[in-house]
Amino acid sequence: MSDPVPSNAASNPDASEPAQTQARRQWEEASARTPLRNIPFETMSGVPVDGVYGDAPYPGQYPYTRGVHANMYRSRLWTMRMFAGFGTAHDTNARFKDILKNGGSGLSTAFDMPTLMGRDSDSPWSRGEVGRAGVAIDTLDDMLDLFADIDLSGVSTSMTINGPAAVLLAMYAAAADHTGVDRASLSGTIQNDVLKEYQAQKEYIYPPRPSVRIITDMMQFTASEMPRWNSISISGYHIREAGSTAAHELAFTLANGFAYVEAAVAAGLDIDDFAPRLSFFFNAHNDFFEEIGKFRAARRIWARWMKERYGAQNEKSMMCRFHTQTAGVSLTAQQPEINIARVAVQAMAAAIGGSQSLHTDSFDEALALPTEKAARIALRTQQIVAHETGVANVADPLGGAPYVEWMTDEMERQAEAVFDHLDTLGNGSILEGVYAGIDNGFFVGEIAEAAYRYEREVNEGKRIIVGVNDFTDGDEERHTEILRIDAKVEEEQLARLAAVKQSRNDADVTDTLLRVTTAAAESGENLMPHIINAVKARCTVEEIGDAMEKEFGRYIEPAVI
Amino acid sequence: MSDTPTYRIILAKLGLDGHDRGIRVVARILRDAGFEVIYLGLRQTTASIIAAAEEEDVDAIGLSMHNAGHMTLAPDMLAALKDADIEIPVILGGIIPDDDVQPLLDAGIAVVLGPGAPAEDVVASVRSAIETAPSARL
Repeated sequence: MSDPVPSNAASNPDASEPAQTQARRQWEEASARTPLRNIPFETMSGVPVDGVYGDAPYPGQYPYTRGVHANMYRSRLWTMRMFAGFGTAHDTNARFKDILKNGGSGLSTAFDMPTLMGRDSDSPWSRGEVGRAGVAIDTLDDMLDLFADIDLSGVSTSMTINGPAAVLLAMYAAAADHTGVDRASLSGTIQNDVLKEYQAQKEYIYPPRPSVRIITDMMQFTASEMPRWNSISISGYHIREAGSTAAHELAFTLANGFAYVEAAVAAGLDIDDFAPRLSFFFNAHNDFFEEIGKFRAARRIWARWMKERYGAQNEKSMMCRFHTQTAGVSLTAQQPEINIARVAVQAMAAAIGGSQSLHTDSFDEALALPTEKAARIALRTQQIVAHETGVANVADPLGGAPYVEWMTDEMERQAEAVFDHLDTLGNGSILEGVYAGIDNGFFVGEIAEAAYRYEREVNEGKRIIVGVNDFTDGDEERHTEILRIDAKVEEEQLARLAAVKQSRNDADVTDTLLRVTTAAAESGENLMPHIINAVKARCTVEEIGDAMEKEFGRYIEPAVI
Repeated sequence: MSDTPTYRIILAKLGLDGHDRGIRVVARILRDAGFEVIYLGLRQTTASIIAAAEEEDVDAIGLSMHNAGHMTLAPDMLAALKDADIEIPVILGGIIPDDDVQPLLDAGIAVVLGPGAPAEDVVASVRSAIETAPSARL
């Protein structure tokens, strides 16, 4: 299953040029077309190194196993995109500015649990949760505060939100309108991957099918109005955090990706119009080589399926571009400082694996949201990997290593077995197979069994977790300085929300919400313009969510272990 | 094994928190140790848990919390049980900072199980909480 050398057919002027040589020449041509960063690409000792070593296919060449761009990090380092959010929009705005000041190259927004679930801060469900797991956003006014003094045309912003994603995207577009920024200049990503919610993260609102319709509406909207925006971040991170194996993280994620492709095509979108803006999000866990093999396999599988199964012709449609986050679940409450070492290794795996963007966890995150200092250390960790280790000098530096190539093949093999199963379950449609797997508990069951197996291994001492079941000296010095969210945050946010509700025009609220419900009932109608109008009328996240729930209903997970 | 009574325990998550890896593992641990697990799962309210506790005649309630809402939600559960005149132990697991453990125990939580607690400790703690509860049937 390893990569065939690209064929000689098309651009070969000299028919006797061996394929390998041609591929290398083509790589050099592609490499020359993109400017490089202005630093010497040398080892620490001053030895100049080449952009890539080993065999074709090279980075930037189908099926992109070795990377999506010819020059990889020589042209541009991965985006150092640190996830942040807590308290009120004003609090998070300050943290955003710190991150940009400290050298972070992109913003990434963590919302609080009520916002993630489409609830307002004044909902009875939200008691005790406002601003605790992320930033509280109820109305457009909060979004304006969140990005106060930040030029939306000059930053790339990621928003980690799923169930109510359409509302938050509408708020971001409305914030751009409000500050005179052209929607077409907006760059960023919205996670918006509802399928993995039913499988792992559980932040769904509506049942699967209407939720997928919302997503295809958003894909259509961004394709025409926000062409620099990634409409979806198809995620394996959460699937892995819930306990899956690396192969299942890979397989379930790509299967969800195929499902979205099928849904979008069925909704009338042209594959090469939306697919270039599909992006992915993987976990970087502890087993260094398994992770690198996983990342490489992801690129190879996505390219092949998009070209051969789904008929994509634009090469950008075939490129699996991804963000990575180091594994939160690997962080221990015991001897928390040692998590810094874990994160460093995981960050190395992501960089060697060719990630486009990276978030590194803070060492205190087994206990709480990170303190400012811990978040800074996490960013510095990435900066050390980028600037001090030399991994950014060479694309796919472990390509050709027997273990890494074997691991890539093995990850691919295991993933193909899952695709086979879903394809059968769905009678030739991965989308239908995924719906069926959600309904019959396939994904949730596989993940829970893997989590339980892992727990038993740790319990029995078969798997060592340093500080937890071995090397436990030092736990008595457990660090206690953690971030505490002031209870006043909830009061503040409630007051703010009440003020917005007071000052807005009730007739506009009623009218725009009604139009959202009507649009929801018409499958050919794009919800986004209606949601944007509602957002501008200062309707809340929950009000707009409820307006759609009237039509779509609410999903309740079967209570089966 | 045959003279160990079969204890019945509700496992649930209150509020919006969707992190259910831990509670699903605990469900399996307790099931394998001979407990009868009534899995209510996500997004329960104190009312839904009380209703199930009454209907299922359980010996204990296990709650799992990962969203830093425990200082509100755990006391809520205890208050609701008191109002309903139900005296069964509440076991709390999840992400609970060390400084919060004693206040929670003082408030009436029977046991707090932290991250990484081994299976034997989970089983022993739950059993002990049930057997030493004021209303334990022996």
